[in-house]
Amino acid sequence: MTALLEVEGLVKHFVAERSLLGRPRAHVKAVDGVSFSLEAGKTLALVGESGCGKSTVSRLVLRLIEPDAGRIRFDGQDLLALDPTALRGFRRQAQIIFQDPYASLNPRMTVGQILTEPLALHDLLPAAQRRGRVEELLRLVGLEPRLARRYPHEFSGGQRQRIAIARALAVEPKLIICDEPVSALDVSIRSQILNLLRELQDRLGLAYIFVSHDLAVVKHIADNVAVMNLGRIVETAEADALFTAPRHPYSRALLSAIPLPQPQAKRNTILLQGEMPSALNPPSGCRFHTRCPFVADRCRSEEPQLVGDGTGHATACLRVAELPPAGAILPQSGGFSPALAKLVAAFSRKTEGAEASGVGIQGATPTMTSSKGTVR
Amino acid sequence: MTAGPLIEIEGLRVRFHGDDGRVTHAVDTIDLSVANGATLGIVGESGCGKSVTSLAIMGLLPRGSAEVTGAIRFDGFDLLKTSDATLRDLRGNRLAMIFQEPMTSLNPSFTIGDQIIESILRHRGGSRKSARDRAIELLRRVHIPSPERRIDEYPHKLSGGMRQRVMIAMALACDPRLLIADEPTTALDVTLQAQILELMRELKAASGAAIILITHDLGVVAEVCDEVAVMYAGEIVERAAVDELFAAPQHPYTVGLLGSIPRLDHRAAQLATIEGMVPNMAQPPAGCRFAARCPFIVDACTKAPPPLAEVGPGHLSRCIRAPLERLVS
Repeated sequence: MTALLEVEGLVKHFVAERSLLGRPRAHVKAVDGVSFSLEAGKTLALVGESGCGKSTVSRLVLRLIEPDAGRIRFDGQDLLALDPTALRGFRRQAQIIFQDPYASLNPRMTVGQILTEPLALHDLLPAAQRRGRVEELLRLVGLEPRLARRYPHEFSGGQRQRIAIARALAVEPKLIICDEPVSALDVSIRSQILNLLRELQDRLGLAYIFVSHDLAVVKHIADNVAVMNLGRIVETAEADALFTAPRHPYSRALLSAIPLPQPQAKRNTILLQGEMPSALNPPSGCRFHTRCPFVADRCRSEEPQLVGDGTGHATACLRVAELPPAGAILPQSGGFSPALAKLVAAFSRKTEGAEASGVGIQGATPTMTSSKGTVR
Repeated sequence: MTAGPLIEIEGLRVRFHGDDGRVTHAVDTIDLSVANGATLGIVGESGCGKSVTSLAIMGLLPRGSAEVTGAIRFDGFDLLKTSDATLRDLRGNRLAMIFQEPMTSLNPSFTIGDQIIESILRHRGGSRKSARDRAIELLRRVHIPSPERRIDEYPHKLSGGMRQRVMIAMALACDPRLLIADEPTTALDVTLQAQILELMRELKAASGAAIILITHDLGVVAEVCDEVAVMYAGEIVERAAVDELFAAPQHPYTVGLLGSIPRLDHRAAQLATIEGMVPNMAQPPAGCRFAARCPFIVDACTKAPPPLAEVGPGHLSRCIRAPLERLVS
């Protein structure tokens, strides 16, 4: 199967400082040689700390910013060779959902206008049919069609994120970039949006690039994961493989740092010492060496390459073969007691069987029921 | 650890009076106590009243619009009845707070040293030189590298994690008996979060201070708290020891919360969702506030507000259907 999206050697340096004459004096090496591929209908997660370049990658892939070097192929097309008209055509295929649903919807437009705009821009439907399509989109994301007349401020954060998803779906894209789509939402709302994203993927065959710093969320939604540190991918693998046995010391530290909702959990937390180095002046050799508990002399001078093992698990660490086994980073015995599992299941059952409760705007939240057939 | 709680909150209510005459019940009849050296977690989603509770303890709610009733007994004082002067003596001294946003809670026009020293001089007096030495010592305690140099830097020169450490150093300046931390790690990356949580554990062990940790992250609660209070729509709906709460929650809202977080330790095909919305707190519903979203609702739930009743030793739940296990067996 050929990949929907292939990225090779992507580089983006931002100018951080200029001399009096306007010559660049310092660069932030936001993305520095990133390669990955994504198949249709799958989810690739980009994870890492703030400033690791994950959001920049997502914008480069859409050509919202222009890369300095590298190749991006989408559906067999060379994206970087596209002229503005062809690029606009491409934008029908790939959309983005941003983190902040409060800032990414125009407050002066009604939801109907927001959802009609992409249809009009790409001239997808005769004007007469657009209203019908807007209703369909709202239903798709679990909002009542009558809400099309309202303005964004009348909605809660979770509902706004649903509108942003509907806007992305309007042009029937193949790829949606989700840049921290649930970070700004409360936990109970977050689970609704995650379920919705998954369900839409199953029904519409969407591919996602899921940018997040929350590894629990990533484990739930991703097929493949790429861990980034200072503009580079340090480890990439299938999600299950990565979470079972992370190899790169940075991935291990990230995984071990997540607080688990399990007070009895016995595990080794790896506390990274020191601060994250600046992308202005990344360390020589391995960029993680300043914080790595397994650092050796050659790590300071030699730059590790991302080396695969044949199963699709690739690690950029010089000492990967010598590292001790990851051990108890994640406890095995998680999970609810049988009684608690049944209680939790009552919440899922209600979702599937319930009708919208119809209490003002609030009741407008869930009408995902009709479309639930395929999802367990 | 001495007997008797360090802080005891009884019947705390906070009502906000809006300009248009609307009254919002932000916090409704809360009873809480924290023993010396214990860590209490207050969990809940946006708008549940957890931050308002902490601001009420600190006496930081606007006098004009917030009506605070009840009693908050701390160290022999009723914080709601003491004078402003006494409150000012307590705050930053025996009672300290860390806020969520390390970017906005430091003054950008003073060095971090000035900001720590100000609080030491205000509460402890002494010379500026000795206060400065103490500030350096505090920065060292929160693991800021080369504190002698850092103390003269302005907040903008520090990263988010460092700033949060400075905030913690400030809060610790006068050895508080009670530290209130309102989402102290929410703005930070996980690796920094782990460092800050470790630091809080370390400091608690060293000083024996009690901590009230306010957070929406159940993972953080599981890692650092001894006891948990779950808040929903201005009320405490469940209170239990941390192990107990995670193993056998007795309020449906807690169950929903636990089911809706994606977990690293096991896989769920689909996450639980709590349908519907938090009730409008200008007109709280007559019965249980969670009733409209609860899968276990019966007629009696909407008739009268359920009491916060004991369902096991030290385990309180505001649900008339508890113990919940019998509902699914």
